[in-house]
Amino acid sequence: MMIKLQAKEIIFGYDSNPILENVNFEIAPSRLVTIVGPNGSGKSTLIKCIDRIVSPQGGSILIDRKDVTKMNRMDVARYLSYVPQSSVRIFPTNVFDTILMGRRPHIGWLGSEGDEEKVWEVLRLLNIERLAMSNFNELSGGQQQKVLIARALVQEAEVMLLDEPTSNLDIWHQLDVMNIIRDVVKKREITAIMALHDLNLASTYSDRIIMMKKGRIVAAGNPTSVITAENIASVYRVVAAVRSISDRPMIMPLRQIKG
Amino acid sequence: MMGYRAFFHGKPDAGSSRSKRAGKKSGIELAHERFKFIRLFFVLSIAALLVLLTGFIITLGPLNISVADAYSALLARFWPDYFHVETLTSRVVWNIRFPRIVGGIMAGFGLGICGCVMQAVLKNPLASPFTLGITAGAQFGISIAAVIGVSIFGGPYFIIGNAFVCALFCSLFIIALAAIKGATSENLVLAGIAVNYFFTAISQLLKYFASDEQLRLMTNWGMGDLAAFSWANSRLLLVIFVICFPLLMSKSWDLNIMTAGDEAAKSIGVDAEKTRIFIMIVTSLLVATIVCFMGTIAFVGLVAPHMARMVIGGDHRFLIPASGVLGGLVLMSADAVGMNMIAPTIIPTGIMTSIVGVPFFMYLMMKGKRKEFWT
Repeated sequence: MMIKLQAKEIIFGYDSNPILENVNFEIAPSRLVTIVGPNGSGKSTLIKCIDRIVSPQGGSILIDRKDVTKMNRMDVARYLSYVPQSSVRIFPTNVFDTILMGRRPHIGWLGSEGDEEKVWEVLRLLNIERLAMSNFNELSGGQQQKVLIARALVQEAEVMLLDEPTSNLDIWHQLDVMNIIRDVVKKREITAIMALHDLNLASTYSDRIIMMKKGRIVAAGNPTSVITAENIASVYRVVAAVRSISDRPMIMPLRQIKG
Repeated sequence: MMGYRAFFHGKPDAGSSRSKRAGKKSGIELAHERFKFIRLFFVLSIAALLVLLTGFIITLGPLNISVADAYSALLARFWPDYFHVETLTSRVVWNIRFPRIVGGIMAGFGLGICGCVMQAVLKNPLASPFTLGITAGAQFGISIAAVIGVSIFGGPYFIIGNAFVCALFCSLFIIALAAIKGATSENLVLAGIAVNYFFTAISQLLKYFASDEQLRLMTNWGMGDLAAFSWANSRLLLVIFVICFPLLMSKSWDLNIMTAGDEAAKSIGVDAEKTRIFIMIVTSLLVATIVCFMGTIAFVGLVAPHMARMVIGGDHRFLIPASGVLGGLVLMSADAVGMNMIAPTIIPTGIMTSIVGVPFFMYLMMKGKRKEFWT
């Protein structure tokens, strides 16, 4: 099943401080989409609004023509999965049980062999089978991120949302995690939408980039049309050199624009 | 645990080629099977231990009763045609020793499961059944009844009825406060502490005006004792158990998920705040009932879940019953020691649970290698 995601006029703010103002976009199925923008531009909030982790104050999010904002939470979890930036477990839990949690929207109280098999499948897919019985808290940042992605994958949702999945990782693991996401988008024909800080990573991996500033979308499209020196100057207030490597724009930030 | 080197050299794409199900189970899958077996075996074996220990503890006391007689006396109640014991033995077992043991097990079980779910919903290893100010509320109710002489119920429930109502009121007040302000774990813990201080202060104030006799009444309750427990009480407690235990068990999966944080819980389909309020209400009912009959028995509710977690990990489907049974074991054993250590003097249960339980818990903490037990 291929599902199209649509956001219409999303509004969100804390008290009188607006964070998202009339955000509209449409995402075709089976795409890898990144949302970029400076700190405080509302990237993470938008991701959370889509998954209803925070409730938007206005607008609607349509998935398969159904409005997420009016669904009950368990139904939302069958359409959308979410990978948080990091997750510290207060009580030690092993990796297998952490991933099994993602089966909650599909599972009966007893749980079944089938659910456990799905966890093993994903563990093998991400090549972290050997970590199954390890304590989640004792894993490295890269391993933890993979486990959180695995948890979202066993949820078997059509759309996976990720909040800066590479922010705490070294460059090897950044590529590792991005490759995994690109692979599952292809293999499972799901859509991945992620907030990302690194413009070059976004450019390398995205089918489509949404660039935000102060709660509004200022540019959207393929990497070449969005990652331009002009956009970076106006959104980030940074002068940057943009070069094309393997048909993807790569940026080198040069200096801040003051005043 | 997998080494960093092995992880580094594992190619991210390699998983796909191995994704086909192998006929034989791999080593890690077998380890997982073993873990699941140990988990189930542990719950069943501590339950069996509870039954065995009950028989043994019944034999302790001034009248000599053998273990066989103890079980016979219990079974004769249900199948009088098959089991026979002397009338005196039967009476001592059924009317004196067994009710106290049943009371201990029920209180310990209730405090154990409540501690377990409270720690999960408050995401706090220091949470206990008393985090929501239930003790302070109950103490306040007792003080009102003892000093001012005002109670909601009359007769035998003059004092404990007040304790129950005030305890329940106190925690429901906190829950309501949190529900309005947002039922986050921080709000609940803060409100709990604040309300706790408030009601304790009022109890202290009343104490200030109390006579010696009134003071003694208030202090006795505070120690936590099983002496007041009777068959009539246990029936009432059993009814509350039958309602609350399945309700808590039904939320096992949600509790597992909630320990991962509210955001993660919401994204997996669990409304963290609603679940938290639901669990709090059920827990309050159970704890208020236990507290009004037996007073504050600290430590059991805090530590039983940790003991269980050390052995079987964090799956609440097993953790809740295991915490309950361990709570029952600890409370029953502590009470047996308190009854017989310097007989005929009986040391109140609440004091013994800490004196017996703390060294045992310390031993577990020192012995358990973190990696092996806390996973």
